[in-house]
Amino acid sequence: MSKTVAQTRALVEKSLRRRRLAELRFQAYGIAAVSIGVLFVILLFGSIIAKGAPAFRQAYVTLDVFIDPEVLYPDGTVDTELLATADYVALVRGSLKQRFMDVEGRAATRQLVELVSGSAVQDLQALVQADPKRVGTHQMLTFLADDKVDQYLKGNITRSTPEVDRSLSDQQLDWVDALKASKALELRFNKVFFTHGDSREPEQAGVWGAVVGSLYTLGVTLLLSFPVAVATAIYLEEFARRNRWTDLIEVNINNLAAVPSIVYGLLGLAMFLNFFGMPRSAPLVGGLVLALLTLPTIIIASRAALKGVPPSIREAAIGMGASPIQTVLHHVLPLAMPGMLTGTIIGMARALGETAPLLMIGMVAFIVDVPGSLSSPATVLPVQVFLWADSPERAFVERTSGAILVLLAFLVLMNATAVILRNRFERRW
Amino acid sequence: MTDIANSTVPPVPPECKTTGVVTVPQPLITARGVNVFYGDKRALKDVSIDIANNQVLAMIGPSGCGKSTFLRCFNRMNDTIDGARVTGSLQLEGQDIYEKRQDVVQLRARIGMVFQKPNPFPKSIYDNVAYGPRIHGLAADRIELDEIVQTSLKRAGLWEEVKDRLAAPGTSLSGGQQQRLCIARTIAVNPEVILMDEPCSALDPIATARIEDLIDELRASYAIIIVTHSMQQAARVSQRTAYFHLGDLIEVGETDRIFTNPRHKLTEDYITGRFG
Repeated sequence: MSKTVAQTRALVEKSLRRRRLAELRFQAYGIAAVSIGVLFVILLFGSIIAKGAPAFRQAYVTLDVFIDPEVLYPDGTVDTELLATADYVALVRGSLKQRFMDVEGRAATRQLVELVSGSAVQDLQALVQADPKRVGTHQMLTFLADDKVDQYLKGNITRSTPEVDRSLSDQQLDWVDALKASKALELRFNKVFFTHGDSREPEQAGVWGAVVGSLYTLGVTLLLSFPVAVATAIYLEEFARRNRWTDLIEVNINNLAAVPSIVYGLLGLAMFLNFFGMPRSAPLVGGLVLALLTLPTIIIASRAALKGVPPSIREAAIGMGASPIQTVLHHVLPLAMPGMLTGTIIGMARALGETAPLLMIGMVAFIVDVPGSLSSPATVLPVQVFLWADSPERAFVERTSGAILVLLAFLVLMNATAVILRNRFERRW
Repeated sequence: MTDIANSTVPPVPPECKTTGVVTVPQPLITARGVNVFYGDKRALKDVSIDIANNQVLAMIGPSGCGKSTFLRCFNRMNDTIDGARVTGSLQLEGQDIYEKRQDVVQLRARIGMVFQKPNPFPKSIYDNVAYGPRIHGLAADRIELDEIVQTSLKRAGLWEEVKDRLAAPGTSLSGGQQQRLCIARTIAVNPEVILMDEPCSALDPIATARIEDLIDELRASYAIIIVTHSMQQAARVSQRTAYFHLGDLIEVGETDRIFTNPRHKLTEDYITGRFG
């Protein structure tokens, strides 16, 4: 029954075709899967960038303001004390009325003043108080425009939008067009977005408070979770004898990694706030909670990194008479470090994006000030996104996406750091 | 470990006693009734043998015969294996190796080891050799350390090849050079005994020949115990040979005598290639 060489070859030829087809089919599946993934990434980033990029520009209005002594010193007596309580709105109003002479009546005047952000008054006051000699002079000053004007300039509101939906009257639009035509109103880089904390007024709202809050929180997380996790991993992997206790600990660490993050928030609320009486909304507590959250991740990654160190290196060190701790510190740890750092940064990236547990410990509060210490009230980037996504003002839509872009930039930065660190520490054996 | 039940290696007859002379005059190490257990499994059974100074002892035998296990008893490398237990007496110059008070770090400084696969540290050539002297505090200053590194590399026959690139990573060397680097690293701490666990099994014949020459030179200063799979190698480098079989030490004797006139049936069958 044995086949001739020619028969065998013919059979192999036939099977070859089938195998090649199977291979091509599999490749096609793979390419399709990758394409779908890439497509969604492009869609995600495309839509966020398209929505968020306008947030980096903001409408500013430049006005010729006469710092009228009659308004600031109504009695005629020059007293710088009075500057603290003077009516700066009147100055802005006067300047605008100077620009639009034909505006009359209280309602129309109020509409006119609405075009400029409320922050103009504070800016003006700060300017005058800083140098009272400016009283009586004309100043060309640039103020934030109101968020609605900003939206009109960016085309998110048009004249065809029904008047009730756009919260700008036709009259106001005419003024805006006039200001724009004379180059007094234009879009500029939105510095406020990157330097200010949160605000109810979209044009005055920025991510800096959240960025600083995130940095403080992650700082606490890193300082706490990295040393503890690395020490735990080293002890479990290199020193602990395998027995029922270490098995139990191992199972629990793996389980903790899968616990929903909000549970950590509840733990933080019960333990750090209620039991230890730590301050609410503080980066310190947020960092503690996130440290608990990232610990299992870093421990698991670190143990995997330690397991990946070839046993021959340990044997070599032990054979040379190195003590267990010398073996670990001189030989095992340097080789495991890249993996540990990668795990740490993945854990930190997860912590950076975490919202739910922070809601439980009050970091969701509306906080205007940029946090100054670990115990001052703060919020973090993802919570800021969450807060803005909830706000009704149209201008917050693009700021939400803008904040997401800042968050993504942080993540990319962290991942890049991970890659650089890994390459720097990587050694071949 | 191979599964003994399925191996073709013949069983040891009951009540087996080691054939040949296990003792030597003025032994450096004496092993008496050494047993090793991995959990419930008895990997080494009542092994007694003396190790002489300035002599190479080759330990041969089929896979899973316990020769590597026995080798790792001398510097207590078995300590690192969970569930491994050693009983019996092992004495280095009258001092019990397995005594509670015995410090393993000190022991391993006296009994160095070269492994099967060359395993230089992922550090420079210099740091590889300097590591032992550094951790044991053997050099008072940099000059003395340089001297130790140079002498060790010279004695390992590697100096001429690496003297211009001491800062290069140890792993950049060829396999044979790496193994000589490991030997240099071991002799840098000036041990009394060198254990070698199949040091040439990962090397080509030329590198093997160099290592064998080196072993012959090092014999003048150290007691060397070498585990090998190659009977030719055992015949070439050793003065005494011990044949292990399924955890038993079957026969010990002068290498010339073992290979020309084995007294035990199992030894004869092994060295004539009937199994193994």
